[in-house]
Amino acid sequence: MLIGIYQPGTSLLHRLPVGPKLAALAALSLSIVLVRSMPASFAFLAASIGLALLARLPLRMLVRATRAVLLIAVVVAAFQWWMFGPHRAVESLLDLLALALAAVVVTATTPVNAMLDAIIRWIGPLRRLGVDPERVALTFSLAIAALPGTVSLALETRDAARARGLGRHPRAYLTPFVIRVVGRAHETGDALAARGLGDD
Amino acid sequence: MPAIELEAAGVTVATPAGERVILEPTTLSLTERRIGIVGPNGSGKSTLARMVNGLVAATTGRVVVDGLDVAREGAAVRRRVGFCFTDPAAQLVMPTCVEDVELSLRRIERSASARRQRALGVLERFGLADHAEISVHALSGGQKQLLALAGVLATEPSVVVADEPTTLLDLANTRKVADVLFGLDQQLLLVTHDLDLARRCDRVLVVDDAGVRYDGEPGAAVDFYVASVEDRIEGRVGP
Ligand SMILES: Nc1ncnc2c1ncn2[C@@H]1O[C@H](COP(=O)(O)OP(=O)(O)O)[C@@H](O)[C@H]1O
Ligand SMILES: [Mg+2]
Repeated sequence: MLIGIYQPGTSLLHRLPVGPKLAALAALSLSIVLVRSMPASFAFLAASIGLALLARLPLRMLVRATRAVLLIAVVVAAFQWWMFGPHRAVESLLDLLALALAAVVVTATTPVNAMLDAIIRWIGPLRRLGVDPERVALTFSLAIAALPGTVSLALETRDAARARGLGRHPRAYLTPFVIRVVGRAHETGDALAARGLGDD
Repeated sequence: MPAIELEAAGVTVATPAGERVILEPTTLSLTERRIGIVGPNGSGKSTLARMVNGLVAATTGRVVVDGLDVAREGAAVRRRVGFCFTDPAAQLVMPTCVEDVELSLRRIERSASARRQRALGVLERFGLADHAEISVHALSGGQKQLLALAGVLATEPSVVVADEPTTLLDLANTRKVADVLFGLDQQLLLVTHDLDLARRCDRVLVVDDAGVRYDGEPGAAVDFYVASVEDRIEGRVGP
């Protein structure tokens, strides 16, 4: 998961502006997807690992952030092995890992506020069309921020249902979960309004 | 001190069972530095507090803060009135502490580096400087509430409304948050179930059954509230 993994630091990658970083990520991702060859896949993965080293990201954090993708990559690779043989399987495994690692490196070296400032700058020209860049950026950050909170609400309601011995009835935890998520959304909306964030 | 004026301000909502009075038309002039609001759950305390910054709109009468009508000049009022909620988790929206404070400062500080400096200064003031780059989810409940307060106070409002800010906290964190609140230069409107905190105010309102039932000196107001609760319990379980 790419949420909340920002690692403060002073490496070259940390100091690079957001624009070039995202452009480079886009270019690298595109090449990884388009170039079909085994040596190239190794080279791309090596490049991604190089970037992670350059950013001096802790290994534990990298493993944690790419674990889910790794799992999917292995399943996809197993499927491809069965369908097309080992060559394709290894290639896609390497490609997926390289993609995930590159994305993690960018997210881990870029504070969310810097990302927001960049989004606001890029969609600034759309202001004339009635788009409010501040609002769009805030929406992005809210979506990012809401995830960990929602996960913990889900765990809490599941535990509450279990405590009452209702663990096996999805309705027993889905209903309160949905109600609490909506309730939390209302509270967050109030908090944003109170901070004056919807006023201009 | 700024002045919070309620001029026959009240709230009614339409429910399937008909009109329901959430807060009777209330007239108050709040000019003291620290004003406490106590009362039972569901009595209308939050409604009263929320009317001050327009989160709840008065359906009759008006609310005026520092000469500004909340209904007509909501944005200007919200710049003056900081609001602190019970559950800090709902207010903290950015991944790291410093970024959450920066979010408050976005509008008044355009330059990103100046904004960062200012946010770090605010965190320092609240004893959270060491946590600047830490995830807001890694903070303790008390630290979260302090951070929420930091986000509210970063923009230097002239009034702070706090709706049960210590209800979810343990004793030590209640003291910490209360000390910050009572140490403010700003006018404070504090909704609380902590009667010790209420006694530290300059004036206390007792809200019950959608109306202000007592308004005056803290000691007498708290005694009035405690007596009303005891009467009710005796009335129910007594012989
Ligand atoms: N929008 C609304 N619609 C219906 N009932 C409401 C609404 N807002 C508040 N209430 C009800 O009004 C009463 C007072 O609410 P509130 O001001 O939150 O009380 P307190 O903060 O004292 O616990 C509660 O019974 C609440 O359920
Ligand atoms: Mg309340």
